Amino acid sequence: MLNFDLQVIWQELPFLGQGLLTTLLFATLSILVGLVLGTLLALMRLSPFPPFFWLATAYINLFRSIPILLGIFWFYFLVPFIIGRSLGNFASAFIAFVQFEAAYYSEIIRAGIQSVPQGQIGAGLASGLNYPQVMWLIVLPQAFRNMIPPLLTQSIVLFQDTSLISVINVREFMGASRIIAEKEGRPVEIYIFAALIYLLVCLISSQLVKFLEQRTDPKRRRSTETVAVVG
Amino acid sequence: MRYNWNWSILFEDPYLGWILSGLGLTVLVSSLAWVIALVLGSLVGIARTVPVAWVRTLAGFYVEPFRNIPLLVQMFLWFFVLPEIVPEGMGRWLKRDLPYPEFWTTVIGLGFYTAARVADQVRAGIESVPKGKTQAGLASGLTWTQIYRFILLPLSYRLMLPPLTSEFLIIYKNSSLGLTIGLLELTAQARQIEDYTFQGFEAYITASLLYALITILLLVATQGLERQLRIPGLIQRGT
Repeated sequence: MLNFDLQVIWQELPFLGQGLLTTLLFATLSILVGLVLGTLLALMRLSPFPPFFWLATAYINLFRSIPILLGIFWFYFLVPFIIGRSLGNFASAFIAFVQFEAAYYSEIIRAGIQSVPQGQIGAGLASGLNYPQVMWLIVLPQAFRNMIPPLLTQSIVLFQDTSLISVINVREFMGASRIIAEKEGRPVEIYIFAALIYLLVCLISSQLVKFLEQRTDPKRRRSTETVAVVG
Repeated sequence: MRYNWNWSILFEDPYLGWILSGLGLTVLVSSLAWVIALVLGSLVGIARTVPVAWVRTLAGFYVEPFRNIPLLVQMFLWFFVLPEIVPEGMGRWLKRDLPYPEFWTTVIGLGFYTAARVADQVRAGIESVPKGKTQAGLASGLTWTQIYRFILLPLSYRLMLPPLTSEFLIIYKNSSLGLTIGLLELTAQARQIEDYTFQGFEAYITASLLYALITILLLVATQGLERQLRIPGLIQRGT
């Protein structure tokens, strides 16, 4: 049974590579847009203006209780309805995906913002800044520093989740692998190869996160901070 | 945007049955997978904390691949690859004689994947118990088994309840991946109804509400449990 045919991978490498590039593009775009939307949602959720709070809370809880797969099908069906024509599978998958990831990111960002001591907001307001300025200049820079490790971990999860968009036939890495596996009738080699690639990318990234985590660890940071204060 | 709403179609003959059987499969698959995840995840998580180096390393080898390969790929490995690489007799049994292959593959795939996540929670929970308690246990003559049984596990599992709850919620959402190998669970049924009737809004809204309902019910149930098992004197997340 164990007659591996590496030829098939070698032969289809350009197609699979194209898929991997699509995956990376999709993941990068999703991370960027997801972070921006997630920050907005988190700010709305912490806003002193009740309608913002309710809207963001409802949105986040809704998207967190529905499977991404269902969301991908939802928007695949919904987008042509709203704008009258199809945007293509990639764009439709992206719209769905980004909304879910924004909801996931926003919870991390909210926790990060809440880890900044309350007194900082008071001090900012007392020194004459308005609320947006306090958030933008004082709270967010500190908060983002605290949340870099969990945000990166979530981004690795996001990278894995991009494989889900293959269900509506987007030719990202998993989609390309499925096409080849079916066409060549070689699921064993192709899926093991795909698994190894995902494993490799995620392992390297999570090692990177661990490294960053140690560097932003307050116990190790103290020495540099003293320097900063003196300087 | 023109759309003819027709909610009554969901109560017509095949479609109501589809939704109910989809819901049933989602609940059944997730619950069975959760049993695997909790048992296996606890064993692996505990193994990652024991004072024997090679056991810790071995348990680490379990967690890394299961956490770093997408669940969808893992499902395909279980479903398409495993029957080809095991000894021939077993492979033939997996392909031909296993009843409901997509059902059991989803249970196993989901269970093993979630077990790796549970293992991480269990390890973190055990490591969060102050070292002094273990030392006190050793000093008073308890064996390692007794320390785990009477000190570490009772304390850490009570602290771990909130993260374990969210893993439990995640497993329900992840069970939707069963559709990629042909399991007709809730998401697949909603999609099928859209295909057959073109009443996508009704189908998807119903499925979404049912998932939200599952989440709410589970949250209410576990919050009661959390209140019961709270450790007095500790600051814990308010309900």
